[in-house]
Amino acid sequence: MSETKIKITGLRKAFGKKVVLNGVDLDVEKGESLVVIGGSGTGKSVLIKCIQGLLQPDGGSIQIDGEETVGVNEREQNRLHSKMGMLFQGGALFDSLRVWENVAFGLIENQKMPRKEARTEAVRVLRQVGLAPDVADLYPSELSGGMQKRVSLARAIATKPEIIFFDEPTTGLDPIMADVINDLIIESVKGLGATALTITHDMASARKIADRIAMLYQGKIIWQGTVKELDKTENEYVRQFINGSSQGPIKVEI
Amino acid sequence: MENKIQSFLQALGKPLVVFFMRLGNLTMFIGQSLYHCITPPFYFKLLGRQFLDIGFYSLPVVGLTTVFAGMVIALQSYTGFARFGAESAVASVVLISVTRELAPVLSGLMVAGRIGAAMAAEIGTMRVTEQIDALRTLSTNPFKYLVAPRIIAGIIVLPLLVFIGDVIGIFGGYVIGVYKLGFNPANYINSTLQNMETLDIVSGLVKAAVFGFIITLMGCYNGYRSRGGAQGVGEATTNAVVSASILILIFNYIITELFFAN
Repeated sequence: MSETKIKITGLRKAFGKKVVLNGVDLDVEKGESLVVIGGSGTGKSVLIKCIQGLLQPDGGSIQIDGEETVGVNEREQNRLHSKMGMLFQGGALFDSLRVWENVAFGLIENQKMPRKEARTEAVRVLRQVGLAPDVADLYPSELSGGMQKRVSLARAIATKPEIIFFDEPTTGLDPIMADVINDLIIESVKGLGATALTITHDMASARKIADRIAMLYQGKIIWQGTVKELDKTENEYVRQFINGSSQGPIKVEI
Repeated sequence: MENKIQSFLQALGKPLVVFFMRLGNLTMFIGQSLYHCITPPFYFKLLGRQFLDIGFYSLPVVGLTTVFAGMVIALQSYTGFARFGAESAVASVVLISVTRELAPVLSGLMVAGRIGAAMAAEIGTMRVTEQIDALRTLSTNPFKYLVAPRIIAGIIVLPLLVFIGDVIGIFGGYVIGVYKLGFNPANYINSTLQNMETLDIVSGLVKAAVFGFIITLMGCYNGYRSRGGAQGVGEATTNAVVSASILILIFNYIITELFFAN
């Protein structure tokens, strides 16, 4: 039996009166790629922000490698962050820094690598995600959306994290570029032997990169299983979501 | 009757709660900012960039503002004091008003418009595009990386700017005094030097340091807390400039009172 990397129990988070997470229970095994699917505004982003400590949960527990992470101090938080990498939805590249400085940011600031060495490493990682070395000296605003995603991916994996989070990795990309990013995600996660947690509503992407899929609905995990099980499930909510139908138990508030 | 009182209290209560929540947030923000200003690691490169942004690039604005302030004070006091036959006081009036009030307050307000807005916009954009979250996931504290260099630079640079503004403002008064009002240059300079007191200049520089703190703090605070895309950033920018300007005027009075009202 493999060990549990992330163990979430009874996670709750509300913004004012709006309850977003209402008792989420979810385990992520070491080395697996788990994809959380769910409609827009169901709290997928809130979930991974809670796991990363970017948001303070109202209740519940999140354990990483068996250590409780909710309510730890800043130093502990930093130590936890050095285990994690994150690909943000919009890229979230630092626009005042060059591409290589973005990729090398964690290496320089956190691992105290000398700048020259960090640059070499950044160029290596950039090549790994399919970007030529001459991109390194550009600024993020000079790149296309697909290239920015690649740079963001490079920044997320540069520090060789144990856990990588992907927030809607394919949103805003054309289907071909989305598939390229999917391949890169699979490659880099397998290459590092990392645990991956992805949130998306792109089912093609979810099927491709997931070992296991969980569905978040109304603040709870209502279904989880492998991709195979996904196609056979009788769960009406899941079926409606993967078929992309407006008819079914999930009512969209307009 | 009871219902009316209740609804009145409710109407009063909500803004009050919001006010104290904001005040609490601001206090915590100040605490965290100051803590990170005085604990390592320090980002000297970022500090250098802020020195350049806040200080060097503000020189033309501060120079223009203070030279005209000095000029107008010379002209106003000359024509105004002629009523009492006190025209000879022009040099010392220029000296006192520029060093104590005009250079620090006008420079503060100009820099608030220039720098406070830019800071709120930059940090606000970083907030709404998740760059601040990205900093944290890369184990870098945003207070240390973004806020501390700006506040430190603000506190150090504003007094330097205002000192330069003092010199330029007094020079502006001198130009009008000598070339327009016909004072003897040597007499004018003598009278300026004789009336110069350390306290005038020091009080102005202390004000400048406080204003530097206010401007950068308001810029960072409003930017850091901005929400909701372009509109949120726009609001943050406006709030940064307005709140900094008002606080400058309030603290200008408080500091003056502390220095001069015995």
